[in-house]
Amino acid sequence: MDCPDLRSSRRGFLLAGASFAAWAYLPQFAHAAPGGRDPRLIVIILRGALDGLATVAPIGDPAYVGLHGGISLLKDGAAPMLDSFFGMHPAMPEFTRMYRANNAAVIHAVATPYRERSHFDGQDTLESGYGGPGRVQSGWLNRALDVLPRGERVMSGLAIGPTTPLVLRGAAPTVGWAPANMPAAADDTAMRLLDLYQRRDPSLASALMQGLQIDKIAMQGQDGKPAPLKNDVGAMRTVARGAAKLMAADDGPRIAALAFDGWDTHAQEGGPIGRLAQLLGGLDGALSDFEQGLGARWRDTVIVVATEFGRTARINGTQGTDHGTGTVALLAGGAVRGGRVIADWPGLRPADLYENRDLAPTTDLRAILKGVLHDHLGISARALADTVFPDSATVKPTPGLIA
Amino acid sequence: MARDPQGALVALNRFGYGARGGAAGDIANAASDPRGFVKSELSRPVGALLAVPGLLPTTELAVAMYAYQAEVKAQREAAAQMASATAPSEVSAPSAGNSTTTMTPPPPDAPKPPPATPQSINVVQKTYRNEALARFQRAAIADCGITERLVTFWSNHFCISATKGEPARMWAGAFEREAIRPHVFGRFADMLKAVEQHPAMLFFLDNQQSIGPQSKAGQNGKRGLNENLAREIMELHTLGVGGGYTQNDVTSLAAIITGWTFAGREGKLGAPGSFIFNANAHQPGAQMLLGKSYDDTGAVQGEAALADIARHPSTAKFIAGKFARAFVGDDPPPALVAKLEAAFRKTDGDLKAMTLTLIDADEAWSAPLTKMRTPYDYLIATSRLLARIPDSPNQILGGLNTLGQPLWTPAGPNGFADSNAAWAAPEGMKLRLDIAAQVASKIAESLDPRDLLEVMAGDAASPETRQTIARAETRQQALALLLMSPEFQRR
Repeated sequence: MDCPDLRSSRRGFLLAGASFAAWAYLPQFAHAAPGGRDPRLIVIILRGALDGLATVAPIGDPAYVGLHGGISLLKDGAAPMLDSFFGMHPAMPEFTRMYRANNAAVIHAVATPYRERSHFDGQDTLESGYGGPGRVQSGWLNRALDVLPRGERVMSGLAIGPTTPLVLRGAAPTVGWAPANMPAAADDTAMRLLDLYQRRDPSLASALMQGLQIDKIAMQGQDGKPAPLKNDVGAMRTVARGAAKLMAADDGPRIAALAFDGWDTHAQEGGPIGRLAQLLGGLDGALSDFEQGLGARWRDTVIVVATEFGRTARINGTQGTDHGTGTVALLAGGAVRGGRVIADWPGLRPADLYENRDLAPTTDLRAILKGVLHDHLGISARALADTVFPDSATVKPTPGLIA
Repeated sequence: MARDPQGALVALNRFGYGARGGAAGDIANAASDPRGFVKSELSRPVGALLAVPGLLPTTELAVAMYAYQAEVKAQREAAAQMASATAPSEVSAPSAGNSTTTMTPPPPDAPKPPPATPQSINVVQKTYRNEALARFQRAAIADCGITERLVTFWSNHFCISATKGEPARMWAGAFEREAIRPHVFGRFADMLKAVEQHPAMLFFLDNQQSIGPQSKAGQNGKRGLNENLAREIMELHTLGVGGGYTQNDVTSLAAIITGWTFAGREGKLGAPGSFIFNANAHQPGAQMLLGKSYDDTGAVQGEAALADIARHPSTAKFIAGKFARAFVGDDPPPALVAKLEAAFRKTDGDLKAMTLTLIDADEAWSAPLTKMRTPYDYLIATSRLLARIPDSPNQILGGLNTLGQPLWTPAGPNGFADSNAAWAAPEGMKLRLDIAAQVASKIAESLDPRDLLEVMAGDAASPETRQTIARAETRQQALALLLMSPEFQRR
């Protein structure tokens, strides 16, 4: 018996691999003046801890190959050099192109304030914007929205995604989207259920109401059906394409977050090709999909790619890396002042490593995020220090990240 | 006799998988003695074991999987040979005909042979589906369902992911049957040991690749330590984050359990797919873990360490909190958590004692039914209410994929979330409604939804739900609304 009604849909993959959510309102300055800036900000969270030393390899550091061993990228190999010191992973040609066009930048040896090695606490710290784990009621991006002047509501036809990443959870209302291909229940049935919930279960009423209008805009123009997903890489690209389409619209969301899973490369991480390379290829494709999908809006776009922590500098016994500390963050978009690797390089000699094990963090990720929020969205340093990243007054916004 | 309709709903929905349709009379039975109704299932002699013809032990599954993989490989090679043989000219006969490939018919003489697809049934997928079906059927027919709820709780606590690779998919069901089910009413320490020594877990968290740097294998070869399993044992399985361990403890435990692996295809060290201790890979010497030194006693070193971790106060606290959240609410009453923690500590991790403590606690009955059913709960409860014991796993597997809880396939080693934030999200609610409408469109003709509401909730059904169902336009619509009602979705 094969019942097509409940057959496995692509959504199952998507929920496992990628998600998208956005602020439900336009910033008030979005429609300010014809020809004026209409900034878009996209935050991509890579869950599982990205190996920064494999993504942007310090090929010029004499200790690098000894530590990263058989999965190292080599200068005379396939890795394109970003400058005389850092090589880019060859699975990211689109990012490299953006970098060379000064539309992408790398921040290296960066970390959140979290110094332990639990994924979940690390993600909570990254996404909540607090100094440590344990505060999961709201995320920094949501609190940033709360201090922005709120304009009109973004397009109807967007619901909250099945899961809103913590970074965008909080008081500011959010919307989201995920591809689906299941026949929908009749509107009348939905309205009756909504009525029942409004009388008996108000929180379900609000969830259902938001959930009732989805998919229409995001899935248009892809022959009605997106390409089938084979893996997480496909999920990243499908979500990015749909999200870009939504965000390109005049009444589309301006500020959004995506989360991509699967970066926990404990074993057989691979070098120029392999598991990490596949994932990076998916990320690279997603960045390129945003560039294409946003069209003229790309000029005013910043994409921030961040992960909860890095991985050990030394490969482990299984050609992979264990949980570490310092890593990379990436910026891409037409509004980025790019073409630079921003790093106060700590070195990779044993004494340079954090706990003789990890790339030592020399840049606080919050400084980068604050710099973007300040220069791209005009959020005041004070709000950033008090509300968006509480208790972070000593961490100054990094200037000059935005063109 | 006093009847307690609200207690019946708590008994069936909070502790079980909901009332069964047909003539089971679950709500009436539960209403007369809610606690007794739940407890009666705990005294069954088979406990939580799932012995179904055709479900094989891990070792036998390993043999079948390795044979299948070898066959796929042989076919791929034969097809490649075939392609290269036929490409230059069509004169010569297929040279693959005299290869040693067994059981496969010679490739058809079509101009382009298709890429090698296994001719035999994919034994990995077949096993996964058989295991899934057995689990669904057991849950669908259980009296109350508390036993199966406990199984899914522990299975998710000690989760693996079937996407890790063919062994994980092949063994996902066997792992649950062998490492989880025998201990659901036993001791936590025994479950912990069974889990961490099971090939499925060793594979999922990479321990079969972890080699002690000073071990014989470590000195000869290129591989070394992998901390993955050791970290998740402490962070996710026992002590919990903040449970008092350090990075040094993670590294020590990783060293202690080096050599914990399973025999592979060749079976050099034991029957393929069986747990083995490979002394050659074991890091020699004593290790300090959580302030205590463990002498190098081989495999026993790790067993001693796990036994101590299992009775660590942080473990009792972590498990009690998670257990209460799973059954009672996202913010369970602290008094209830304290009772569970005390029971765990007093009985040295007797899980039956902890379960009984939960059922006996007044807090577990008075807390309002605010928790959202997980997708798995929802789909199983639907099968039960509609009295459809699944004869194929397809519907439920597909529904789980759609709703974001693919069977035995969480996104990370922390398992699926078990909170309203995860499962009462708008998109998820919309999909639940779509599924309810689909189910209802197939089978509502034969049912009277008003009767079904009595079966599902009895006198605990709200007037609003009653009215909504009574006024529905069609039976199909009424059934969809019933399946989406707060009485059915909340537990």
